[in-house]
Amino acid sequence: MYKIVNKKALNPTVTMMDIYAPLVAKKAQPGQFIILRVDEEGERIPLTVAGYDREAGTVKIIFQIVGGTTEKLNHKEEGEYLQDFVGPLGVATHLNGLKKVCIVGGGVGCAIALPIAQKLHEMGADVTSIIGFRNKDLLILEDEFNACSNKLRVMTDDGSYGEHGNVTLPLKEMLEGGEKFDMIITIGPLIMMKFVVATAKPFGTPITASMNPIMIDGTGMCGGCRLTLNIDGKKVTKFACVDGPDFNGYEIDFDEAMSRGRMYADFERHAYEDACNLFKKEVK
Amino acid sequence: MAKANMSLQRNAMPTQDPEVRAHNFQEVALGYTEEMAIDEANRCLNCKNMPCVNGCPVKIHIPEFISKIKEGDFEGAYQIISKSSSLPAVCGRVCPQEVQCESKCVRGIKGESVGIGRLERFVADWHNTFATEAPARPESNGHRVAIVGSGPSGLTCAGDLAKKGYEVTVYEALHTAGGVLVYGIPEFRLPKKIVAKEVETLKQLGVKVETNVVIGKTLTIDELFEMGYEAVFVGSGAGLPNFMGIPGESFKGVYSANEFLTRSNLMKAYLGNPETPIMKGGNVAIVGGGNVAMDAARTALRLGAENVYIVYRRSMEELPARKEEVEHAEEEGIQFRLLCNPIEIVGYNNPEDPRDPKNGFVTGIKCIKMELGEPDAKGRRRPVAIPDSEFEIPVDTVVISIGTSPNPLIKSTTEGLEVNDHGGIIVNEDGLSSRTAVYAGGDVVTGAATVISAMGAGKTAARAIDEYLSNK
Repeated sequence: MYKIVNKKALNPTVTMMDIYAPLVAKKAQPGQFIILRVDEEGERIPLTVAGYDREAGTVKIIFQIVGGTTEKLNHKEEGEYLQDFVGPLGVATHLNGLKKVCIVGGGVGCAIALPIAQKLHEMGADVTSIIGFRNKDLLILEDEFNACSNKLRVMTDDGSYGEHGNVTLPLKEMLEGGEKFDMIITIGPLIMMKFVVATAKPFGTPITASMNPIMIDGTGMCGGCRLTLNIDGKKVTKFACVDGPDFNGYEIDFDEAMSRGRMYADFERHAYEDACNLFKKEVK
Repeated sequence: MAKANMSLQRNAMPTQDPEVRAHNFQEVALGYTEEMAIDEANRCLNCKNMPCVNGCPVKIHIPEFISKIKEGDFEGAYQIISKSSSLPAVCGRVCPQEVQCESKCVRGIKGESVGIGRLERFVADWHNTFATEAPARPESNGHRVAIVGSGPSGLTCAGDLAKKGYEVTVYEALHTAGGVLVYGIPEFRLPKKIVAKEVETLKQLGVKVETNVVIGKTLTIDELFEMGYEAVFVGSGAGLPNFMGIPGESFKGVYSANEFLTRSNLMKAYLGNPETPIMKGGNVAIVGGGNVAMDAARTALRLGAENVYIVYRRSMEELPARKEEVEHAEEEGIQFRLLCNPIEIVGYNNPEDPRDPKNGFVTGIKCIKMELGEPDAKGRRRPVAIPDSEFEIPVDTVVISIGTSPNPLIKSTTEGLEVNDHGGIIVNEDGLSSRTAVYAGGDVVTGAATVISAMGAGKTAARAIDEYLSNK
């Protein structure tokens, strides 16, 4: 069992937790993920590592409440325990040798982008961060990004905070203005990453996208997380859990990934409603 | 002692009625009664040269345990089996006895061989039901050994070493111990409580089981040595599922057999766990003809599929699954589409509405008919496509069950560990790898094979580890 040593709501739908898991905390690197189960009958869900404290033995996770499992997870309180917590899984984001990087994060993806930005900042790299949210209420981690970025652009879809528009606007503006990045690292909704890639393409800037498909074991056994890359005109199947989760953005078949991500959309909606109803009953 | 039973036929295994069992996940074979077991035991001639033992990968003293059954001393029979096997209740159910011990049985020359597997199962179940005494915990010899993976090879290696006094820790990546016995083989063939019981017995012998630790990620092999383990056995299993590389394999509704079975078994969709999504109902095509394919087909049926097809490119004769499993599948109504090779998986696409929720879901599998040509190097007749014989089977789910490739996690994080062209760890006859004190066995060495061959490898390695550490 793995203790929740700290819990904080970052906004109405996004929660942060520090979990006591010393073996995972000892090894975790930015870009890697963990798999957890809330309770004995729970499903296994992957969450990308949002931070770690090697001395305290804790791993930080930040999650958005999107379905039954994340709803249940959000009802766990500080001092309570998670059934299972395994990792770190996947390959860490390759950061060596990067001098000037643009981080493009969207929504809860910013939580995963943050440790990468922090690590780059520690390494002495020049970090430009573009973070986007639907609106002001959903904004997270602005101060943290401010602390590790040479330049920060905050975007909201409705203009209720920061600049009005999505993350591709400032990216395009910078690239057209002649900014040269060694690498763009993008983490967020698939549709956002697809357009970030499309925006960068005319400029040929190398781009890494962090994928978060449906998984079960996370160790390369089930193949549920497979995605298709187009490498030199050839279609290649890769497993996000062992080959990723980071991939060359120009090679990813985003449309297929989006379609596969909706495989259980119906099921998830029902599970979420069921979980909500259960908690409502408990409250009564 | 009772008179020898010279019947040419063995005692039939009582089974659930096919029409009933096709709709439940309870065990298909119900097991012998005491009377049946004694009657069957009396068919054993107790041959001096014991050919059956030579057919057993773990060398169970077969005539000896059967003699105990004849006497009605079932616990005595169990004690004899457990000297050689750490998982008798498992082996009695899933071993392909017909090509091992039973294939060597003298009674099989004229008539049917003794039902050795059925007797083994009877004895193990009797022990698990009636024996109350926990196994004596051997005195520690002070040596520590780490086992990677809690599947059949790992559990066997752990059990054998623990009985010799080694302090053994088994590391398991998933949240439940048992490996393929838990995530792969379905309840109706191997009830989960039987695996749990076998693991419990090992714990009583002093074996520690650490779940949620991925060796190669959470800890490396080198770190295990730094932690004080003097030898490591790697039994991490097969790993990455193979796909066919045909168009449409990424449509929603296409699973690897590993994923489909894991969702049902480990994640308990078979119990109707409301938290585990799985595609069920409709028509299902399973591609492949091994035991895993049979398990997937019969699972799909029990989850509520209307039609389940086994699509296999050779004929019934070449089907690699156990005969008993194929027979069970046929009885239950699985439809065999033999000499058929899939060439494309077809999906729904509404060009008018890209947001149509049905877009990207499987609607069928396109196959081409095959005929058998000249034998290949292994003597199996090679299937050849018949031109212009394409046809489509309408299905909602496709399960690809064409084998696996070894998992890359350990080799990529262990320097000096040599692997072959297929990615399998290279070992010598003792199971020793290219690294000092690192042993390996099971699917991670051989690629996908049987539970008992993995157990045999675990046993060999345990003996070698014992020799190595006692001479150190």
